[in-house]
Amino acid sequence: MHMADALLAPAVAATMYVASGTAAGVSVKKLKLDDDTKKLPVMGVMAALVFAGQMINYTIPGTGSSGHLCGGMMLSALLGPYAGFLSMIVVLAIQCLFFADGGLMALGANVWNMAFYGCFVGYFLIYRPIMKAKWGSTRTRLIAASVLGCVLTLQLGAFSVCVETAASGITELPFGAFLALMQPIHLAIGLVEGLITSAVLAFVYESRPELLQVVGEGETAAGRLSRRGVVIVLACAALLVGGFLSHFASGNPDGLEWALFGNQESGYSANMGLDEEEFGVASAVADTAGSVQEKTSFLPDYAFASDSENPAGTTVSGIVGSAIVALAAIGVCMAGGFFRRRRVQTQ
Amino acid sequence: MNPMMTAMRELSGMDDLANMDSFLHRRHPLTKLLVTLVYIAAIISVPGNQLSVLIPLLFIPAILYTIAGIPVGLCFYRLRYILPLLAAVGIWNPLLDRRPVFALGGVAVTAGMISFVTLMLKGILTLLMSFLLMATTTIDAICYAFRLLHVPEILVTQFMITYRYIALMLREAGTMTDAYRLRAPGQRGIHISAWGSFLGSLLLRSMDRADALYGSMRLRGFTGTFRYARTREADRQDVFYAAAVIAAILFLRCFPLSQMIGHIVTGR
Repeated sequence: MHMADALLAPAVAATMYVASGTAAGVSVKKLKLDDDTKKLPVMGVMAALVFAGQMINYTIPGTGSSGHLCGGMMLSALLGPYAGFLSMIVVLAIQCLFFADGGLMALGANVWNMAFYGCFVGYFLIYRPIMKAKWGSTRTRLIAASVLGCVLTLQLGAFSVCVETAASGITELPFGAFLALMQPIHLAIGLVEGLITSAVLAFVYESRPELLQVVGEGETAAGRLSRRGVVIVLACAALLVGGFLSHFASGNPDGLEWALFGNQESGYSANMGLDEEEFGVASAVADTAGSVQEKTSFLPDYAFASDSENPAGTTVSGIVGSAIVALAAIGVCMAGGFFRRRRVQTQ
Repeated sequence: MNPMMTAMRELSGMDDLANMDSFLHRRHPLTKLLVTLVYIAAIISVPGNQLSVLIPLLFIPAILYTIAGIPVGLCFYRLRYILPLLAAVGIWNPLLDRRPVFALGGVAVTAGMISFVTLMLKGILTLLMSFLLMATTTIDAICYAFRLLHVPEILVTQFMITYRYIALMLREAGTMTDAYRLRAPGQRGIHISAWGSFLGSLLLRSMDRADALYGSMRLRGFTGTFRYARTREADRQDVFYAAAVIAAILFLRCFPLSQMIGHIVTGR
């Protein structure tokens, strides 16, 4: 799932860097508040272990093929979500820099797709609620949490890869078809990864249960970021990305239009010799399609329909889009109890 | 050879390259990081069908590899990760976008073919520059550049610890894999009955190792901060290098060099 630089447009790469950077900033702040220098070597050694563990082949019974570990859920279970997230960032950065597995500019996207979902969404929405529940034995809940967490987070990661690639305009493959290819493959990968993670965590639980992160430990009132603070950071990031970076969106005709009809204003002749009256944007078929699109699209061509000449329209669209994404992200966090006020545990 | 040993060889190979001496190796790490990021941004900003804009940008890595004395062949082995992914995403373009753009020797070249080749070339060019950065910069220097960019101390320190322990973990995991393979000939990977205990036992040993590591670091006065042996200000040569290469990148990205040459050659 490691994305290469070539699969991303600069604005998408920058957006993902801002999103991942915000999550990393929150994690660093949480760990600083813990003020536990012992965590550093443990995080380093665990990250190195995950790096090596990802290269081990696990035979999938009855298929003849093998599966691999990703590690986000495992690190969260052992180190907690914040330390786990930072450890995964380091693993992904080393893979990118020294092994060309994922791109330098795509690091933000890869951190989001593989570390954020595994360490935060998987931990807060799946692992922690299941481990806190009262049903079954701890071992059963550990297995259920690992498998469900890995399956869900890999599905989210695969979905993000499709969204980021489609937003970058890299592939001609329709978004729905791309999703239909990616999601089932990652369902199988997630299931295998979940089983490997659960096997390792169950082994650790039986051998040395004290090594597993106690759910709720370290979640003190002092270490918690205020809801207002997080919302302000998210809003600033969204405005920066949507408002500032969308100025760089190109207003020139796209490459395919140039290839088909040329660009007389720039001095190029018709490249394919196609008649623009019949096949181009002014043809009868295009007019019909355009009228349908106008009625259905909320922000056609990322600008307001009534003011398409105004470059501010692009900026406004960027801000509106970013606001919608930010609201959706906050909604997910609230649904998962990310902002829930927790009781300080007292002995 | 198992994949862990291959990874170890790659890591030590990168270390050897980074410790060579050339004009590029001596440049300030921040200038090299900046040049790399500008180059990658320039590459990925090229629209999907503008192969002609992309090709002149090949000059930059070609010249820099020559100056650094890095054999470019070493880089191509690393394409094994990104090329299959790019091919899987890009292969749909020639299949779905079959509109001919021009004819080449009687064969129609479609817009999809051009966008596919452009995507693959983008992947190769971005990798060339990332590899050059790591082949001319030591891990300490990279961490120093990260700190200058205000990457949090905790992240940089963890990056250094992880990098140093990766070799050890790879060796242990490699030895375990070899031992398992010798005891289970003909088996392709780790059997499901050993999924937990195989990595789990290495994990338990690693936790103990982390404790010992923390103890030794504390005895040497570790308070959560690493000190970097080689830190220095950027000099005139560094500024000149960064300015010249970034100017060349922007010129090649913005100026239609290929088309100019085409006009001159064809007269059209």
